[in-house]
Amino acid sequence: MDYASSDPGNVPGPRPQDTLPETASTAVKIVIVGGFGVGKTTMVGSVSEIRPLTTEETMTRAGEGIDLVTGIEDKTETTVAMDFGRISLNERLVLYLFGTPGQERFWFLWNGLFDGALGAVVLVDTRRLEVSFDVIGRLEERGMPFVVAVNAFPGAPRHDLDELRQALDLPDWVPMVDCDARSRASSRDVLLELTSYLHAMTLADAERR
Amino acid sequence: MSGPRRLDWDEGSPERLYVLTGGRSGSTAREPLDLVTLIVSRSAPDPGLQPEHAAIVRMCEYPLSVAEISAYLALPASVVMVLLSDLLSQRRVEARPPIPAASLPDAVLLEAVMHGLRKL
Repeated sequence: MDYASSDPGNVPGPRPQDTLPETASTAVKIVIVGGFGVGKTTMVGSVSEIRPLTTEETMTRAGEGIDLVTGIEDKTETTVAMDFGRISLNERLVLYLFGTPGQERFWFLWNGLFDGALGAVVLVDTRRLEVSFDVIGRLEERGMPFVVAVNAFPGAPRHDLDELRQALDLPDWVPMVDCDARSRASSRDVLLELTSYLHAMTLADAERR
Repeated sequence: MSGPRRLDWDEGSPERLYVLTGGRSGSTAREPLDLVTLIVSRSAPDPGLQPEHAAIVRMCEYPLSVAEISAYLALPASVVMVLLSDLLSQRRVEARPPIPAASLPDAVLLEAVMHGLRKL
């Protein structure tokens, strides 16, 4: 199957099966953040009802030509791609999931992305904890609630979640889960972990008032 | 939480996009547009529209998020937001904004999200 947007014979737009019902009135978003190759796009694809799509933003300083970062010939101009997917929660409510790189030089993307987001999933690669460390600090600064999901790569050494929590200097109230980003059920459970956590915080906040 | 600014993305846009958007760098829509604002056309595109505007009107027969429009048009979301502000001011499309950002989301909303996720 072709991407509807890349078929030159077609006008751009969703395939008929990818349209939302006319009743869709409100969208919410969750951001999945982590380093390159940690499985953000895999997780988005596992739970999305549409094939993951890509939206791009440009930045005008020199980028480093690695993975997902497609430097246009002009050295001062770099395009950063963000993959996203969609879940229709009911006939009116739609959830969008955005995957975004965690490295500091991409934080310029975060303003538009995190404003109004329900919360975030920090997807962790145990082989490269430094990225997660910076991301967690940044999310805490923004007051953005998050859960930490440890993606189980086949063959990667298993880590005890308590050890990881210490290594990441993570407060004990922040939920941590193991997951398999390739699995729809596992990825859904990560999103449920986040929303349950948010729900508990909201109820606790209401009680305090 | 940061402030309500949502359109900071324009700062890095290259010159060709500057031309496409007629040199405007921000949305003039009353409601700031978000990546997940849903856009719906009010009518079929008329022949006088600029191609990018016409493409948006055509693809938004059913609701589509700003992010999806950006993906299908292969244009940065910041550019799509400027194009959308034209269409909104001409009343060719309507915007269904996301629930305004609060420090914590509403419990009823979260229950609806959890209910929807459990059905996956």
